[in-house]
Amino acid sequence: MSVTAFLTDSTLCIGCKACEVACKEWNHVSEDGYDWSGYSYDNTSALGASTWRHVKFIEETPVPGLGGNASEQTSWGFSSDVCKHCEVAGCLEACPTGAIVRTEFGGVFIQPDVCNGCAYCVVACPFGVVAKNHGDGRAFKCTFCYDRQKVGLAPACATTCPTESIKFGEISQLRGEAQQRIQVLRQRGLEDATLYDATHTSVGGIHAMFIVRGDVRAYNLPPNPEVPTRYLKKGWMSAAIAAGLLLGGTVLAFLTQPATDAR
Amino acid sequence: MPGLGTSLGRGGATTAQQDLSNADAILIMGSSMAENHPVGFQWVIEAREKGAKIIHVDPRFTRTSAMADIWVPLRAGSDILFLGALIHYVIENNREFRDYVVNYTNAPMILREDFRDTEDLDGLFSGWDGEKKKYDPESWLYRGSPVKAGDDDNKPGHAESSGGHGKDRGGEAQDAGKYQEDRTLQHPRCVFQVLRRHFSRYTPEIVERFCGVSEDVFLKVAEVFTSASGKEKTGAICYAVGWTQHSKGVQIIRTAAILQLLLGNIGRPGGGILALRGHASIQGSTDIPTLYDILPGYLPMPSSEADSKKLTGYIGKHSSRTGLWSGFEKYFVSLMKAYYGEAATRANDWGFDWLPRITGDHSHFGYWLDMADGQLEGLFVMGQNPAVGASNGRLQRAAMAQLKWLVVRDMVETETASFWYDSPEVKRGELSPYTIGTEVFLFPAAGSAEKAGTFTNTQRLLQYRNQAVDPPGDARSEAWFMYHLGRRLKKKAAQDFRSRNHGLRALTWDYPVHGKHDEPQVEDVLKEINGYAVRDGKQLKHIKDLKEDGSTACGAWIYCGVYPEEKRNRANERHPNDLLGHGWGFAWPNDCRILYNRASARPDGTPWSERKKLVWWDEEKKEWTGLDNADYEKHVPPDRPAKVHDGHGTEALGGARPFTLHPDGVGWIWVPSGLKDGPLPAHYEPLESLIKNPLYAQQDNPAVNKRARSDNRYANSPGDPRYPYILSTYRLTEHHTAGGMTRTLSHLAELQPELFIEVSPEFSSEVGLRHGEYATVTTPRSTIEARVMVTPRMRPLQIDGRVIHQVGLPYHWGYRGQVTGDVVNDLLVISEEPNVRIMETKALLCDVRPGRRPSGAQAIEKPLTKERLT
Ligand code: SF4
Repeated sequence: MSVTAFLTDSTLCIGCKACEVACKEWNHVSEDGYDWSGYSYDNTSALGASTWRHVKFIEETPVPGLGGNASEQTSWGFSSDVCKHCEVAGCLEACPTGAIVRTEFGGVFIQPDVCNGCAYCVVACPFGVVAKNHGDGRAFKCTFCYDRQKVGLAPACATTCPTESIKFGEISQLRGEAQQRIQVLRQRGLEDATLYDATHTSVGGIHAMFIVRGDVRAYNLPPNPEVPTRYLKKGWMSAAIAAGLLLGGTVLAFLTQPATDAR
Repeated sequence: MPGLGTSLGRGGATTAQQDLSNADAILIMGSSMAENHPVGFQWVIEAREKGAKIIHVDPRFTRTSAMADIWVPLRAGSDILFLGALIHYVIENNREFRDYVVNYTNAPMILREDFRDTEDLDGLFSGWDGEKKKYDPESWLYRGSPVKAGDDDNKPGHAESSGGHGKDRGGEAQDAGKYQEDRTLQHPRCVFQVLRRHFSRYTPEIVERFCGVSEDVFLKVAEVFTSASGKEKTGAICYAVGWTQHSKGVQIIRTAAILQLLLGNIGRPGGGILALRGHASIQGSTDIPTLYDILPGYLPMPSSEADSKKLTGYIGKHSSRTGLWSGFEKYFVSLMKAYYGEAATRANDWGFDWLPRITGDHSHFGYWLDMADGQLEGLFVMGQNPAVGASNGRLQRAAMAQLKWLVVRDMVETETASFWYDSPEVKRGELSPYTIGTEVFLFPAAGSAEKAGTFTNTQRLLQYRNQAVDPPGDARSEAWFMYHLGRRLKKKAAQDFRSRNHGLRALTWDYPVHGKHDEPQVEDVLKEINGYAVRDGKQLKHIKDLKEDGSTACGAWIYCGVYPEEKRNRANERHPNDLLGHGWGFAWPNDCRILYNRASARPDGTPWSERKKLVWWDEEKKEWTGLDNADYEKHVPPDRPAKVHDGHGTEALGGARPFTLHPDGVGWIWVPSGLKDGPLPAHYEPLESLIKNPLYAQQDNPAVNKRARSDNRYANSPGDPRYPYILSTYRLTEHHTAGGMTRTLSHLAELQPELFIEVSPEFSSEVGLRHGEYATVTTPRSTIEARVMVTPRMRPLQIDGRVIHQVGLPYHWGYRGQVTGDVVNDLLVISEEPNVRIMETKALLCDVRPGRRPSGAQAIEKPLTKERLT
């Protein structure tokens, strides 16, 4: 049983949304509503309880004579977003019922029959991935196709992607491939290609890595994602200080009570 | 596909999508391949990753442009100017692949003295008859080629009523095996020199002024693409309906064929022209046609006007002395034997008289206009949704209201089935269920997983599909419907001895059935298509096994070999063993994945280069061998001399003539016969254009049938102040054509839920549009509304010193399904390109205003059917 990961390479993505649809088909997830967003060709708008793969469209102004593969410009970027399956997962740490578990493949999995809909995980995710379902209020997100992986299949999105923009495999091997790919892209003149892996933060690396061009924020990826528990120490410290101050103040109030009162 | 058919021999993509990964450059034009063929596009991406340069020429920046190295926005409808300038560039800079051009194309052929070019006649070729509005193509023939015998009506190119599909054979007008040539390409009347003069004014300056592409960008494209040529390199061209759906679509494709022949890019790995088809089996539906003017295997449907009443005349006219069409009689007689079995005998001309004759324009638009005029009683609609999917939707729907009965077979109740109670006309009060007399029968159809059969895809690949589940309820396959309908009709005919029923009575119609619904065994149909020996029923192995004496039966000669022996259905084989996918399915003809691949070797039979080797002569085994099945006589050595002047059959082509369907065995830069609008492509403006033709006095394609009438009006051209903008319609990845199969699926409907119009920021401020609000779009045919998408992916262009704006509308919506929207096809005009009778959808004129369109009765500005209803 190996620990697995996704590597989503936006330089290969053609924005066909096959991954989004394959995900919904396999997992029996409903549509998201028929709302035209007006935001490029993106009408599902964000990851949510009923969109577990989401293709983002990043529009810039194209220049005649240059296509989107030219090193001089990225004029219409596509990138298929998904749950990051963090090494240190905010949702998993926040879940009070134990509904969220780490699977043998390294993924983060919400057990729908245990989830009680408290939504602590929703606020604890540094990427805004987890969301409550409008019907019964339980939390949903990408399962990393746990059922498929169990029987030796790759997740539905990676299986369907026509351009191999979504790669799936053993995590350390994929990390190696990602580094090589970055080298290749840079040699081709795409100096702005980067690997988004979040190893340098408290998230401790992710099981859904991305290759993107330019500023990661354009792809709605936080440059420095942090697990909320990282703030716990600081939080408790401030609480302790506040409590101390309050206590001190009270004591001080008594100590400095003007003698006139006694009168 | 006469564009490819006349130029190269066969009306099909010359290559396989996998082979795109071998290209050094890929020009995608008239197609948004990533958008509409995302699965095949993986091979373009693979080529790009291996270092190929991807060029996308398109008015809009699409998902394909986003993957390309070079994006070139141009004015819609100016394609021949652009491609003609590439040809000009090749010739003027000596970029042609000389050895290939001299040996494998008709560039050396010398033309007749009486031929006049568009340069001489200001936009017309010689032979134009202004009264009849058609060409007499005789002066286009090679010098020295005798015109084929035949009475006046029997002259090829004169058959007004038939379309162009039947003309894929080419060379019918003359004995093209007889010609004079100058292999130095210097003779002033040789094809190469005529071509040079013809395109002499297609310069980079013209491209800048009238396509809106700067000279820099044009020269960059020219340099990149023409470098992908020669012994060591190849380039491929991909196109789709962005080329075909023009009033000169066939000639745009011709321009591409000329370019690829000059660059030596046909029949070689990483080269070719890939015609991208918009449906799973569109190639299949021209091979075994749903078209009115051809029989299976591109045999022409006999025409009452232009074909001899006698079989001998018909065969004489359509076969050629040399090349593969010398076997015309074998293909035809075998087809008759498949149709009529024992009833087809030499004595009754194999049943030739039983075949229906073409008596007029029976194309979709032809009979639809007849229908609008009340001349049709009933109609079957299968696999089509013309109420929203065909040009001039208002006319399409009004015409259906004239029928007595209408049968629709579909998986859902489409707009075509429901037009009588919920079409826009009914909502506006123009039509009413109370006055429409049409009786509509809706039959539920099985989906593709619910029936067995084959698809023939964009690369001529037959893939068999097994049935996965039974169709629900009363849903049935098309094969079931047609088979049982046929049985009932035959039963009726058996009691009715009128002569019109002879054919029906003679027809063999006895496929075995299975299952509780008596589903016909479609594998048996495929076996019949493959062909068998009449005597013992043994499957045929190869096209060469076909006979003209009635001893073989074959449903489509080009598919011969797909079922070569009992229990071997090659279309159902799934063991690919190389890049080209041999072992997976069967590509016609003879499982060749790359057509004309004899051209991948030099005349002496050795590969042009190690890097680009594909098929070569094996001196030891004395046969053609290599990475593909040779599209050539297997044992004819390269040094066998050609005897095209006086020989017979394919042997006469000798060992070094790769284009075996042509009587002269070479690729046709020049098309001496087979096309109705000229032997070379010339730039004509779209039927509705903002500008005057910059090159010739002739404004648009003279041979077009505009079908103008009060319910099919045109904007004035050039320039109509009422309609100042250029409109193109197109598809998005998320939906399929007019949306009948995708608007009904929630997972797809949510991805593109509403109709929108794509406009540039400059345009939106000029017209006062606001992103996300509504715009009203008007053409002389109709008015619709759409949400406004302002995007820098659309750009205004500088054309001849002024700014012109282009807008785009995807056409996926209608009035039924999970998501609905106005019918974009209502804006289009019915027009007929001369060769294939296709409409122009990519370059029209329109007006755009902010705000929503009027609704209800207010919207009736030009009632279509008022006279008829009152
Ligand atoms: S399936 Fe692949 S190419 Fe298509 S949108 Fe998803 S990641 Fe991109």
